[in-house]
Amino acid sequence: MRRAVLNAASDGAFYGAVAIFVVLTAFPFYWMLITSLKSNPDLYNVANTPFWFNETPTLEHFRYLFEQTLFARWLLNSLIIGLCVVAITLAAAVPAGYSLARMTGRNGEALGIGIFLTYLVPPTLLFLPLSRVVASLGLQNSMWSLVLVYPTFTIPFCTWLLMGFFKAMPVEIEEAAIVDGCSLFGAFVRMVLPLSIPAILTVVIFTFTLTLQEFVYALTFISTSAQKPVTLGVATDLVRGDIFFWGEIMAGALIASIPVAIAYNLFLDRFISGITGGAVK
Amino acid sequence: MAPVTARNIFKKFDDVLAVNGMSLTVPDGEFMVLLGPSGCGKTTFLRIVCGLERQTSGDLIIGGNLVNDIPPRARGVAMMFQSYGLYPHYTVRNNIAFPLKTQHVSRGEIDKKVNWAASLLGISHLLDRRPRQLSGGERQRVALARALVREPTALLLDEPLSNLDAKMRASARQDIRQFQQRVGITTIYVTHDQVEAMGMGDRIAVIDHGRIRQVGTPVEIYEDPADRFVATFVGTPPMNLVARNGGYLGFRPENFLPKEMINGSDAAEFSFRVDRSEYLGSERIVYGVLDGFNPAEVIAAKLPPAHVAEESIRPGEWHRFAVRRGALRYFDANGKRAMSH
Amino acid sequence: MVSIAEPVVKPAPRYRFLLDRRDVLGGVLVAPAILYVLLLVGLPFLLAVYYSVSAYTIYDPSWRFVGLSNFRQIVQNPVFQDTLANTFLFTFGSQFLGLVLGKFGALLLLRQFPGRKIVRALIILPWAVPIALATVAWEWMFDSLYSVINWSLISLGVITRSDAPNWLGNPHLAMLCVIVVNAWRFFPFAIVIFLAGMTSIPQDVIDAATVDGAGFWRRNYQIVLPMILPIVAVGLIFGIVFTFTDLSVVFLLTKGGPVNATSVLGFEGFQVGIVSGDVSHGAAISLFMLPVLFFVVIGMLHFIRRREI
Repeated sequence: MRRAVLNAASDGAFYGAVAIFVVLTAFPFYWMLITSLKSNPDLYNVANTPFWFNETPTLEHFRYLFEQTLFARWLLNSLIIGLCVVAITLAAAVPAGYSLARMTGRNGEALGIGIFLTYLVPPTLLFLPLSRVVASLGLQNSMWSLVLVYPTFTIPFCTWLLMGFFKAMPVEIEEAAIVDGCSLFGAFVRMVLPLSIPAILTVVIFTFTLTLQEFVYALTFISTSAQKPVTLGVATDLVRGDIFFWGEIMAGALIASIPVAIAYNLFLDRFISGITGGAVK
Repeated sequence: MAPVTARNIFKKFDDVLAVNGMSLTVPDGEFMVLLGPSGCGKTTFLRIVCGLERQTSGDLIIGGNLVNDIPPRARGVAMMFQSYGLYPHYTVRNNIAFPLKTQHVSRGEIDKKVNWAASLLGISHLLDRRPRQLSGGERQRVALARALVREPTALLLDEPLSNLDAKMRASARQDIRQFQQRVGITTIYVTHDQVEAMGMGDRIAVIDHGRIRQVGTPVEIYEDPADRFVATFVGTPPMNLVARNGGYLGFRPENFLPKEMINGSDAAEFSFRVDRSEYLGSERIVYGVLDGFNPAEVIAAKLPPAHVAEESIRPGEWHRFAVRRGALRYFDANGKRAMSH
Repeated sequence: MVSIAEPVVKPAPRYRFLLDRRDVLGGVLVAPAILYVLLLVGLPFLLAVYYSVSAYTIYDPSWRFVGLSNFRQIVQNPVFQDTLANTFLFTFGSQFLGLVLGKFGALLLLRQFPGRKIVRALIILPWAVPIALATVAWEWMFDSLYSVINWSLISLGVITRSDAPNWLGNPHLAMLCVIVVNAWRFFPFAIVIFLAGMTSIPQDVIDAATVDGAGFWRRNYQIVLPMILPIVAVGLIFGIVFTFTDLSVVFLLTKGGPVNATSVLGFEGFQVGIVSGDVSHGAAISLFMLPVLFFVVIGMLHFIRRREI
């Protein structure tokens, strides 16, 4: 009997702790959601209970966002930037990851670590020279500057991720293909690529989310509103003078957050093993 | 189908010398087994023959062509890998057809040859499955069919039976040998298993530390080992070796018998103290030491249980044992075979 | 058996099979990635170093070499001294808070319970969602007038409306806010890193320790912790690098204010180099990140190498 009570108490404490964590992490997003659906008189009244609707919920903020702001354009910009960066990243990182994984001796390992370390070079160290490079290419204030610069961190990261994947792939399959009459490159195209579709898909998803998450380069290179990606646009361009349009800002933040949140949850495990590079075997 | 010749092949990985000057000629249609312990360089040598590795120096000649700088696809050899290397995203049919497709063989011809190879190996009913749906034995047959289908200049096999259980292995051994004889293809077969080597090879090359120690028929390898390594690597238990006169004296355990079992007088006699005895059904193996020799040299005798009663060989007792003189082998101080001391 | 005729030795084709050589093809395949990184990371990095010792501004793009005078001026500037101190406080405060929360959260998620997948998905959110967007939500929660935090505290009777804190307007509170937001964004990452480490420990090792008489704490600190150390270290290194060089949180929440109370290196480099256009001084400020990054890279190499053993 006492044991049962103790168990119930410890279960209660456990679920209580879980609940606190969930509230801590998810509340800001709940806050986005509820703010985006509240009417302005409801939002800007300190007497109202902020956690729930005091007046009828409204889609007014979403309507305003799409009709009166450049939000749709920012979404499109982000999509274009994301797709182009994905294409560049795949073209460079898939062959590089394969090459490094199959390179014999210590050269491949050292080169791989070297490429990965460039992922750790922070944007705040490079944005000054890169803004000059971008300007000299005539790309300042253009989203194409981001297409050019984002691969500097997506290529290293994805090369590392793919290198780990290719290393785990049995070499015998390629070697069999080589003996069966393929060239080295033919074996790569006909055996390695079809068998690494899951890994390539992961890379596509993560490249895309990394471009959506990026803020520093976008902030540095682009000041024209119509060229901004969605993250930058929502965070900086929905302010009129000193007035924040909180309903619209939260609506925009919510829309841009949802796809990234879903992608992360689906591919989390691959991401972790990529980052830690099998630090524990 | 073609002879394969290797001349003084060396292969260095970073600072490890994996192949240390190997020369070998495999005539057309021969089944050659490369036998050696793991890490002896036999697999590296095989990979050099098929072109997956480039030798550091030395020449490789297949069918009269120098192929040193020719990639595998232009050598026309087939290889069967230890875990088969089947293409997981292809059906069995497409696996077998793949070597033909890369040679741009016509569709009808491909179908004909795939069906021929599949029926030869009895896997016609599996053609539409994928490799992961097959058992180990079936995979091995698919790999063999894929290797044979385009009638390669030479067939290379790298420990192809090591992923099978003991029972499957015996029948697979039989199968591979049979197909090889039917197709008449030059074959190089790598293994560390002396039973496979003795049972399958026309000739065996025994390899250790990147060098070929001896090339010969199974009988030559077993009866007349070229050096101490071959003598002790082949045979279970291995040949007994005792130091004598600055060299070594060797004799096989089955030739080391109680004196009364040796007919005729031309035999070397020893005083043998039995320490331990193992009954294995078809034979009894007795371990002990010889009087007058280094007691660290453990000597084995293989006795037919039907002829030697258990009570007659008791541990701790001294017995008179003998070896026929014709069964004695001599090795010099360097371990090389010698005619006598 | 057939005897072998002396083979007709044909000359080896030199270039026909060039791409069939692993070293050649490997080089060709890896070249685009390396070129990209060299041109757009390596070259700009050298450029940044050069800017920091020149008198380059966007109004006067001269390449005049001025030695270390930029650095000297920066170090003597009290704003920069505050910035440097803030950066360390910001980094280690948020990493510490994040690690504590992360370890605790990982212990919770280690247990199987109904709805665990959903809980994990919700806990990952702060790390997954673009930090700029989440920071904007926090900004709204810290609003001087409509702060939901203040509203809750007032409703609970902890404070009255007249002494409700202005979170982002008070220097100490503003620092606390940026630290909390950054820890909030980092700790889900710490959780998954801890989880990855703990689930990678083979159960038989834990079992063996239990059989050998190790209690909960001994198992935790002498078996589990050393085994997950490499993976946790790699995670921590990521956290340190990205926090130490961060710009977004500070830029969006406080703009470095009030009165430089939350200014950090990344932000200061942005203010001086981009907003004011003084590229050389901005580059010099950014380069102060290098020593920390250097030690971090050494640590990273150490732990990456260790996985080989």
